[in-house]
Amino acid sequence: MTTNIIDLPAVEYLLPGNRTCAGCGLAVAYRFILKALDGKAVMTIPASCLTVLGGMYPVSSVHVPWVNCTFPSTAATATGIAAGLRALGREELRVIAMAGDGGTLDIGIQALSGAAERNEDVLFICYDNEAYMNTGTQRSSATPKGVRTATTPVHGKQENKKDIIQIMEAHGVGYIATASPSYPGDLYDKVLKARDLKGMRYIHIHVPCPPGWAFPTRDTISLGRLAVETGVLALYEIVDGALSFTAKTKTIAKGGGKLRPLEDYLSAQGRFKGMGEEIVAEFQDGVRERWERFAARDRQSAGA
Amino acid sequence: MPRGDRQLVMGNMACMRGAIYAGMRFYAGYPITPSTEIAEGCARELPKLGGHFIQMEDEIGSIGAVIGAAVAGSKAMTATSGPGYSLMQENIGYAYMIEAPCVIVNVQRGGPSTGLPTKVSQSDTMQARWGTHGDYTAITVAPSTVTDTFTETVRAFNLAERFRTPVTILMDEVVGHMQEMVSFPEPGECEVFNRTKPTCVPSSYMAYGPSKTCVNPMPSYGEGYRWFATGLTHDAHGFSTDKPEEVVVELDKLRNKITNYEDEICKVRAEYMDDAEIAIVSYGSVSRTALQVVKLAREAGVKVGFVQLQTVWPFPLKQLRELLAKTAHVIVAELNMGQIVGEVERVALGDTKVHSLLRYDGDIFTPMQFLEKIEEVRS
Repeated sequence: MTTNIIDLPAVEYLLPGNRTCAGCGLAVAYRFILKALDGKAVMTIPASCLTVLGGMYPVSSVHVPWVNCTFPSTAATATGIAAGLRALGREELRVIAMAGDGGTLDIGIQALSGAAERNEDVLFICYDNEAYMNTGTQRSSATPKGVRTATTPVHGKQENKKDIIQIMEAHGVGYIATASPSYPGDLYDKVLKARDLKGMRYIHIHVPCPPGWAFPTRDTISLGRLAVETGVLALYEIVDGALSFTAKTKTIAKGGGKLRPLEDYLSAQGRFKGMGEEIVAEFQDGVRERWERFAARDRQSAGA
Repeated sequence: MPRGDRQLVMGNMACMRGAIYAGMRFYAGYPITPSTEIAEGCARELPKLGGHFIQMEDEIGSIGAVIGAAVAGSKAMTATSGPGYSLMQENIGYAYMIEAPCVIVNVQRGGPSTGLPTKVSQSDTMQARWGTHGDYTAITVAPSTVTDTFTETVRAFNLAERFRTPVTILMDEVVGHMQEMVSFPEPGECEVFNRTKPTCVPSSYMAYGPSKTCVNPMPSYGEGYRWFATGLTHDAHGFSTDKPEEVVVELDKLRNKITNYEDEICKVRAEYMDDAEIAIVSYGSVSRTALQVVKLAREAGVKVGFVQLQTVWPFPLKQLRELLAKTAHVIVAELNMGQIVGEVERVALGDTKVHSLLRYDGDIFTPMQFLEKIEEVRS
């Protein structure tokens, strides 16, 4: 059972007064991540919106140690922190590397691949707002096809979103999960579970971004839900290769896999405006194809 | 210039426009403050011209793609700031070694490391000269206004093509983000230089080796000529060598192709220098404050002169020696902890005293800071 939101720990490690934009999905997700870590963590973070969140308020708005590393080095820095703590016998502290989609899928992928291959004792969390938001919305390899950004202004992005989950699976990572700030209990449970495992763990959080996606700041949570209800994001965890749906996705699958039309998700955001019908159809096909692939694996895991 | 041609333009946009004017049709980059507008401008404009914009996965990728495009035959550029410029350094050294003409823009912010992403600095001046490992000679230009940014970008491409070398444009956050009224030249108004292509039969073509000007012609790929590009020290054909006599020839050539043409490369702007008792030497956005201060001082009857380094590297040794020969005092003003001042000290012979005016807190100089320094120097 997913933890109910009212049962989440009352203790706060993310203090009020940070400098994220109004309606930031990352701030919501980060709050629940820190609750699950219970303060026993060292974070390492590269250039990202998260540095804006963490590095303000008299000293810092976060109650855990931070290493704000260079952009390409997140997983390498985490490797060193983990080894250093191990050398000192401080193994009760968890090492969390947390980067945005650019810092994970683009500039950070070499270090991430190295750490995954070595099976470092690191929990790597990617918060995916699907573009470089801290510098003003430039495309990343996580930006969906068709989206207009500051560096894809003419025709929108021409390439598909990079499938980082498959890349992490290919590395044989023992625990992989997806999550959303709109499902805090599910997010909390996954971080809690990953926290207590050894070796490399990877959690991918889909994070709505009001200025970058162009939607009203009050709609962050409902948009995160829409992503799940339309199947754009499937909530699942992959434990030693076995994929199981969780939370709302599990409910949808139990109900026969009836997804809301993709249009509901697309029309709620300015970034998809002007996207050609062909790309919309391709997007919808992609959602359906992924859903069926995941659902088959979910059934297989349940049967096993 | 008719008033209608004037438009309000940001420095970073003027850089993009200058590059396009010079014939740049390939841009590869990665978002980083305060240079991102150059990439965004190229993303908008290049497709309209049949050019190519690629957002790469990081700055190593950006400069790698630029070098690839350059040897393929394109005029190519990337823009970045401190951390990205550091990441590019290995490849910039490679570009020096294979003699790939390309332009790298560094819109400087405070450092070291992440530093002050949104604040002005000139602390990469020495990195532009010595950033990558090994012995080499670098060309670096530094614009101070939006108009300057346009013309210096065109000049940077001309120098890159003329000398078959990477050229750095050292901008800074103030020059990059300020907006000014400018009027851009019409096509044909400014000189645009294209790399010299070989005319010999392909079988006798050598990409390196003996050449009167030290700059060998460079074909585009697919034109029938073959050459070998390697970061290893190479002989006249481009193949690696470790024979001492060949190594020295190659390294001397890399240096001489620039040092032998310093008169052509080095550009210095001097005003009020004829009777100056005190000269202010500056570059980049600082030159704007400096010129204002010189005018204020002159109004007050103090003979202050203005020297702006439009070429920072190679350091305009000869020009400065002539300009400063009769000046009692030189004030070198920089937004760093003192980088170019050491070069000026090497220039100042005889009785010329060199003073340093520095600021590295992320803000620009005020005229008052200069005037106080002038008072200090005079007393």
